[in-house]
Amino acid sequence: MQFHKIFKSAGKIAAGVIAASVLSTPALAATLTVYTAVEAEDLKKYAARFNKDHPDIEIKWVRDSTGIVTAKLLAEKANPKADMIWGLAATSLLLMKGEGMLHAYRPKGIENISPKFRDKADPPSWTGMDAWVAAICVNTVEAKKHNLPMPSSWKDLTKPVYKGHVIMPNPNSSGTGFLDVSSWLQLFGEEGGWAFMDGLHENISRYTHSGSAPCKLAARGETAIGVSFAFRGAKSKAQGAPLEIIIPSEGIGWDMEATAIIKGTKNMTAAMILADWSVSEAANKMYNEGYAVIGIQRLAKPVKYFPENIAGAMIDNDFQWAATNRKRILKTWQAKYDSKSDPKKK
Amino acid sequence: MRLSRDDIIMRAFMITIGLYLVVTLALPLYTMLSKSFENSDGMFIGLTNYIEYFNTPALVYSIENSLFIALITTAITITIAYTFAYALTRSCMPFKGLFKALTMIPILVPSLLPGIALVYLFGNQGMLKELMFGHSIYGPIGIIIAEVFFTLPHAIIILITALSIADARMYEAALSLRASRTRIFFTVTIPGCRYGLISAAFVVFTLAITDFGAPKVIGGDFNVLATDIYKQVIGQQNFEMGAVVSMVLMIPAVFAFVVDRIVQKRQAASLTAHAVALVPKPNKNFDRTMLVFCMLVSFFLLGMLGVCQYAALVKFYPYDLNIGLTNYQFDLMDGGGWDSYLNSIELASWTAILGTVLVFTGAYMVEKCRGFDNGRSVFQMLAMLPMAVPGLVLGLAFIFFFNAPDNPLNVIYHTMIILVISTIVHFYTVSHLTAVTALKQLDVEFESVAASLKAPFYRTFWRVTVPICLPAILDISIYLFVNAMTTVSAVIFLYGPDTNLASVAVLNMDDAGDIAPAAAMGMMIFYTAAGVRLAHYFLSRMLDKRTQSWKMR
Repeated sequence: MQFHKIFKSAGKIAAGVIAASVLSTPALAATLTVYTAVEAEDLKKYAARFNKDHPDIEIKWVRDSTGIVTAKLLAEKANPKADMIWGLAATSLLLMKGEGMLHAYRPKGIENISPKFRDKADPPSWTGMDAWVAAICVNTVEAKKHNLPMPSSWKDLTKPVYKGHVIMPNPNSSGTGFLDVSSWLQLFGEEGGWAFMDGLHENISRYTHSGSAPCKLAARGETAIGVSFAFRGAKSKAQGAPLEIIIPSEGIGWDMEATAIIKGTKNMTAAMILADWSVSEAANKMYNEGYAVIGIQRLAKPVKYFPENIAGAMIDNDFQWAATNRKRILKTWQAKYDSKSDPKKK
Repeated sequence: MRLSRDDIIMRAFMITIGLYLVVTLALPLYTMLSKSFENSDGMFIGLTNYIEYFNTPALVYSIENSLFIALITTAITITIAYTFAYALTRSCMPFKGLFKALTMIPILVPSLLPGIALVYLFGNQGMLKELMFGHSIYGPIGIIIAEVFFTLPHAIIILITALSIADARMYEAALSLRASRTRIFFTVTIPGCRYGLISAAFVVFTLAITDFGAPKVIGGDFNVLATDIYKQVIGQQNFEMGAVVSMVLMIPAVFAFVVDRIVQKRQAASLTAHAVALVPKPNKNFDRTMLVFCMLVSFFLLGMLGVCQYAALVKFYPYDLNIGLTNYQFDLMDGGGWDSYLNSIELASWTAILGTVLVFTGAYMVEKCRGFDNGRSVFQMLAMLPMAVPGLVLGLAFIFFFNAPDNPLNVIYHTMIILVISTIVHFYTVSHLTAVTALKQLDVEFESVAASLKAPFYRTFWRVTVPICLPAILDISIYLFVNAMTTVSAVIFLYGPDTNLASVAVLNMDDAGDIAPAAAMGMMIFYTAAGVRLAHYFLSRMLDKRTQSWKMR
């Protein structure tokens, strides 16, 4: 079967091979290339649930960290490869809307989705799925070993006692990293935010590529404290890691995972079907299996190991501001902190 | 000279393969060079990108870091490799064959794997963490250990060859002049293999400075040029800056390449037909010391591998040390799951088959074609060029060239085809040299005789050349197969949703913090590559008996 792929794309198939490949592939109405930043372990589930209602549409996932998927989509602007986005940060989608890359579409049943979870324009360019929120993962075994007090706020993390024990994601590649940085700038103000990060930088042992990595590293005891997101912490805790998930007292940054159709897709009908399904009750119940705050909030049930009262701690996030300033923030961040290894300082 | 039909066919073949190299190498590199002078909208902006680069301290430090890593790695690797090769060629210690085979281990794994082993050995939960005396393995220390692991076999191969060509008469002369052992070592042995030493040093230096796997896994926040390209392109999709860093990375690579070429030419002339082969004499103490040394090096290599296998099997290190297969559930992780493993095997097979046909045919045409000297030297140059191009740079150049909307070839972007094409080009030079060396050993008479019998060249090619060169052909295909399994650098920019690769999966799983599954996938690559290597070993022994018996008298 693998052999067919090559020949097919080369467009030079012998007639016999065509016949064979047609016979061996089940008849599919459409295949959607869907770009996503949803955690890898959930992708099979998402596709399977969707296929339960729409078995004739095959989903082909392209998954990476938020920053990567965003950058990839922007880079492919002239020659888009994706049909659809399902599960990418709203800040990224705002950016793409600004670039004119999204096809505005009003999914059936969007009126059930709480207004702050969708694009204000009508027809909207994107629709929110769930909120993913920042959190601190603390490995209790490691914390005890190094005599670290349990942090309760962001500012706690700048205390000298935590030096070398904190890992956070690089906002350039990780959506979680970016929502952290943009929330600190909103919470503490532009100046205060950077000052906070200067202090935090002193304690950071390294910046990771992905937003889930800090929590996974904390779960393994490779670091004591990982700045990550609540969903990941709850998952790792469920696996038996000695983790405590902290919601800092100042409030937490968050972003929405959202859905959008890429302008110019050749599979518009299938994309619309998926867009409709992504706001359905079935989809929202599925999001709720991992996320506490979802688009149709009345359906939400508590999630095991998920810290409580998330909704109250979520800051009043200005997505438009974050999207507009994204490039500038990332650039400043890179100039200030990406040279952790600066040999002159050591 | 009137051109015969054979001449025309041969030239047509050569030009076709030459054009293939132009399209898959020269044009992409040119596109990348011009991108480095453009802004993201494709406007020509002169040196602006370069000025920005040199005004960004974070990026410029990487040059220093890369040079530092490469120099230290070269010093350590060459010292170990030289002693090892010396033991294999100049001592009478036992198990030489075994040691030689063991040193090839690092070739069979992605360069990410030693990094993963180091995390388990010396990371914050490391088994031997105390040996770090409070230093962090994440950073230069880790990168250098991983690079030494990764570069060792390459240096050892070159140095064994260099130390094997020794003229026993020189040693006899030195001994009769009553020179001491040390004196002989410095005045005969070292000068005798100086070209080998230089060549090995440059090969190691280039590998270390262009490698991306080790610093990615174990580098922490110690940035080097290779990880900068990755971060610029993958992390920020700042392709233009990626192109600038690529150009910077090309400088040491091209420099090392040129020096190596010059040295290789001289080396060839250093051994005369009158030389008498040097046969080592037993020396109890020396042999024992060498044996211990080789055992230590082998222990290091095997140990790294063993740690990775252990890591792959432990359920949840360090809190649940039970053994299980949970980490092999690749379908629940980043990186494309088990499909990526199958894709890698597919890529490796295609690369081995098509690459060998292409490389060997090209080498044959360039060696046996009559006249057309200009065309032949252009072809030779094109065939040597890939050696000087780091994989990451090649991959980035491919994006620029093959993903351009107005390039009709852009349909192959993200497909298996582009992965096969890039991998063949990436490893073209060594394959080509292997083929040329084998072909040079064939007497030109074969072609003359065939021509006088009015046999077309392709019959000679198929009935005489290919069977005689079969060992070399097998070597090339196995070299391509193994490298296609382990490489991450060029393909990291080129794989698509359907063409995830095992080596890339190792990287992506590690990136997402799933280091144990990354180790598990890395070991899958090792077992596959090692299995193919073993099969190759037995197959070539069998073939030797059947097709090479004419060499025995």
